[in-house]
Order: sequence, then C-alpha cells, then structure tokens
Amino acid sequence: MNFICNFPFFSILLSLFSGTICSVLPAKAAKVVNRAVIIVIGLLSAILLLYLLSVGEPFVYWMGHFPAPWGNEIRAGVLEAGMAMFFCIIMYLSMAGGAHKLYDEVDESKHNLYYILVNLLLSSLLALVYTNDMFTAYVFVEINTISACGLIMIRQVGRTIEAAVRYMIMSLLGSGLLLFGLCIMYDLTGHLLMSNIKASVGPLVANVEYQIPLIVSIALMCVGLCIKSALFPFHAWLPDAYGYSTVSSAAILSSLVSKGYIFLLIKIIYRVIGFDIFNSTRIIDVLFVFGLMGMIFGSISAIRENDIRRMIAFSSVAQIGYIYMGFGMGTQTGMVASVYHILSHAATKSLLFIAAIGLTEVSGGSRKFVDLTGAGYRNKWAGVAFTVGSLSMVGVPLFSGFISKLLFAQAAVQVEGKMLASLIVLGISTVLNAIYFMKTVIRIYTSVKDSPYESITFGKMKIHAITLMFFILLNVILGVSSQPIVDLIVQGLAMFS
Amino acid sequence: MMGPNLFANYGEAVSAILFCIGFTNLLLQTNLIKKIIGLNIMDSAIYLFLAEKGYIAGRVAPIVVDGVTSTEAYINPIPSGLVLTGIVVSVSVTALMLSLTIRLYTRYHTLDLDEISMQLKKEGR
Repeated sequence: MNFICNFPFFSILLSLFSGTICSVLPAKAAKVVNRAVIIVIGLLSAILLLYLLSVGEPFVYWMGHFPAPWGNEIRAGVLEAGMAMFFCIIMYLSMAGGAHKLYDEVDESKHNLYYILVNLLLSSLLALVYTNDMFTAYVFVEINTISACGLIMIRQVGRTIEAAVRYMIMSLLGSGLLLFGLCIMYDLTGHLLMSNIKASVGPLVANVEYQIPLIVSIALMCVGLCIKSALFPFHAWLPDAYGYSTVSSAAILSSLVSKGYIFLLIKIIYRVIGFDIFNSTRIIDVLFVFGLMGMIFGSISAIRENDIRRMIAFSSVAQIGYIYMGFGMGTQTGMVASVYHILSHAATKSLLFIAAIGLTEVSGGSRKFVDLTGAGYRNKWAGVAFTVGSLSMVGVPLFSGFISKLLFAQAAVQVEGKMLASLIVLGISTVLNAIYFMKTVIRIYTSVKDSPYESITFGKMKIHAITLMFFILLNVILGVSSQPIVDLIVQGLAMFS
Repeated sequence: MMGPNLFANYGEAVSAILFCIGFTNLLLQTNLIKKIIGLNIMDSAIYLFLAEKGYIAGRVAPIVVDGVTSTEAYINPIPSGLVLTGIVVSVSVTALMLSLTIRLYTRYHTLDLDEISMQLKKEGR
C-alpha cells in the first residue's frame, strides 16, 4: 500500500488534533495553526486526488488492521478527494474574508474557541466524506452539528442563541431519524460497513424479503439527512442562523455544513442502498416534489425579505431544492448535475455572504436595502463581487451557476414524466432568482447624492478584497472549465459503485 | 400477520412508540425543558430498540468463562457497544441544549421558545 493512502486518515486526525491544541494557544497563534492546518489538508487532498487519478481506482484503508466485517474503514475515490480539497479551499477563503468581522463581533478572549470549532467542523466534514462505516458517519454527523451550533452562537446576541437552539432542535430530530433508520438497516443486514450492507441489501430485494422494513429504513435515513440539510419544509431555522451569526460562520454553514450531509446522502444512495434499488423506491418522487417546492418557495421568501443577509439565506433554501430535484430525477445525469451544483452553490453562496458584509460595512452596519443604496460605489470590490455572485446565481454564462442550470435542464430532458415539471419550475425559479438578485444589484448601483456614509479605500480592506477576487476566480474557473470537472464527477460516481 | 409479529416483537413495538412520543415532544412542545426531555425519550427509545435486537434469550455477554468458545453460547457485543457510543453522544448533546437553555433563560426570563421569539421581534435586532 502506497504511503499516500494514509492521507485521508492524516487529514482527519490532523484537524482533530489541531483543534485540541488551539484550546491552550493564544488567539493569534490559534489563528495561524488553524490557517496552516486548512492549507496542509488542502494540499494533502490535492496530492491524493492526483494519485487517485493516476491509479484510476479507489482504495480502502483499514483503521486498526482488522479486516472487512469487523474493523472500521476509510475509503477514498476521486470524488471524495476532490470534495475534501474543495471544502478546504472554501473554508480557507471564508475564514480569511470574514476575519476582520470576527474581531468586531466576538470578544478576543474567545477567538481560540472559534478556531477549535472550525477545526472540529473540518475534521467531521472530512470524516463524513471519507468514512466507509455507517455508525462512524452518525457520530461525526453529531460532532458536525455540535460544532456548527457553536459557530452560530459564538457571536453572543439574543438572536444567535435563539437561532442556535432552533438549529439544534431541527438537527437533533434529523439525527434521531438517521440513527433509527441506521439501526433498522443494521438489524436487517447485520453489517455497519457500507460495502457489506450493500452486498446484503441486493439479495433482500431480489428475494422480496423484508420489503417494508427496508423501505422504512431508507426513508428514515433520507428524511433525517433532508432535515439536517434544510430541504424546503424543514428550513425554519435557516434564515436566523445564517442571517445573524458572524459572517465566516454563515459562509461556512451555508456552503459546507449542509453540503456535508448531502454528500453523506449521496454516499448512502450509491454505496449502502445501491443506485438502482434507491431509484425503484417511491422516495425519489417525494424528494423530487419537495425539491421543486423548495425552489419556488425559497425564492418567494427571498423576494419578500428586506434584509440582505436573510435574503441570501433564503436563496440557499431554493438552491438546496435544486440539488434534491437532481436526486429526484433518478438518473445518472441528474446526480452529476446535483454534485456539480453542490460545488457551484458552495462557491457562489460564500462569495455572496462575504461580499454582502463588505456592502453593509459602508452603509453604517445596516442590512436594510434602503441604507444599501449606492453601496456598490462606496465599496467597489464588494460591489463587483456581489454582482458576480448574483449573475452566477441567476445563471448567466461564464459563471458556475449557468453550467449547473444547463446540466439540470439536460438531465430533465432525458427523464420521461418529470421533464415538463422540472423545466417549468427551473424556468420560474430562474426568473424569481433574477427578480431578487437583480433588484439588489440595481439598488447597490443606484447613486445617491450626499450619502451619509463614507466610501472605503482598497488600502483598508486588502485581505477582504483579495479574498473576494479569489472567490470570483473560483466561480469563473467552475463556469469556464466545466467539462473537466463534470468528467471528474462522472468518474468519481463510477468509482462509488 | 401483523398480530403475532407485534406480540413476538413487543419490545421493538414499544421502542417505536416511545420514539414517536419523544419525536413529537421535541418537535411540538414550546417549553425548552420539555423539548429536551422529548429528546432524551427519543434517544433512549433507539437504545431500547438496539438492546432488544441485540439480545438473544438464553445467551450471555461474550466473555469466555469455563472455556466455552462456541459462538452459540454468546450474543453479538456490537449492539451494546453502539448503545454505549450513542449514550455518550446524547449526553453531550443534552448538555449543550441545557446550557443554551440557561443562556436564553437568563436573558429573557422564560423557557417558552415562542415567547422568546416574540421578545426578539420586539427588540427588533
């Protein structure tokens, strides 16, 4: 076994360990350790990705030298390594872009606590991406929930504590359902490792045995993860949690935490249940319908919102709806579109959050649209970045959002029966997106005479502006060189089964 | 078919009912402490389910005494291990929820989540 095969295990352990170290370090050192660990893990994942591309097949890593049915396992393929690298990039940019806001909003003595939470979050995300064991996945789902809750309430105002409580309640409902589904699955098959469960589920379906418990178990796991990733009817906690927490937290929560759960669901679909068996159940129709509803109602809520941060948060609900619509189509192309949209949405939504904070800063800290008038002139960099993010969300060519809409449309055309519904809702949702994002862009570029707020110069916001440039670059890369990325996703999904 | 099955597996049936009770309490109660109690009922129901499934009447925990090594004599230890892990997780989550509840109570002097939301709206922040 090649030395590079240790890298997934190293990355998980490194971030867990650095989280522990951060608790005794002063704030400045903790920050350096945190940034360094994110970069190192990103590099390790990149090397792993290159290695896997050259080898062309996934590998399984035994934890503690016990073979398959007994030991715990890590498994890495192209998609896992690519996802881990992408998560590290987004996390680094979000932390860098929101760093100055962290100093304003959080007491300095608590900064090292923040870095502990970020490290824990990263390690749990990596574990969700790499693990091959269902119960390990459950434990890390809970660690993810706890650290995400900490990220929300690190800024101590009434709203964030209430949002954290609401987030915890919904998350605990979700993980309760996930755990129950997982236990039923364990009873049916006698295994906890994903590949072993899949080997036992196939004969169960072929012999038409235990059909009802099997469906119940799949449904419970799906609903649990849907609740946790804020699919449409379960999104009540989301606007407060994203709207009032400190901006790095909001960017990380919207672009990484919910995506970690969705990635786990993809793994469950492919590696635990089997893609064909999952598609033969009616569950995909339910996911499809709720995805469509999320796309419309999320956008409508965003239009009615008068607060820029909450508007972006509601837009997340719509984008999660897109991803579940892709699952609901039940085809390989639909799934590829969903995975691409995970990347595209993560890059765009964190860009929007970080850019929005630049705009509110030059408007006296207010998030109301009235005060934001002309903010694009006062903070040119944030204005440009926000415009790019909006165009990407609406689906203008050159940016990543266009490609994901194109992929969804292509996938929809191939599915009989769901084609019309998906295309119509895709159209409506695009128009609604355009309404609220273009409204905001026009608002920030409406010039006002004798504005009470001062404009900001590049010198005062160097790091923020550079981060925004990297975000724009990432967005354009995703949008322009989409074909290699789509090929990678196809290859990665093929490695899953 | 349902009747005899239900009677033979009454432990599992009870755990499913308890799960539903806990789930509805966690979802619908407005009092935070009652929500947390619901959470604990829900989690314990799952552990009851695992324990019930993991036990086979007449067998003992897999600790070899008197040199009996036949697998027929012992139960599978993994469900018990899962219950232990699960208990650790649910204890830590409960502790976090309780600490959040204390925070909210010292700020707003109520445990009612809806009332806290009303007060927050009034504050307008």
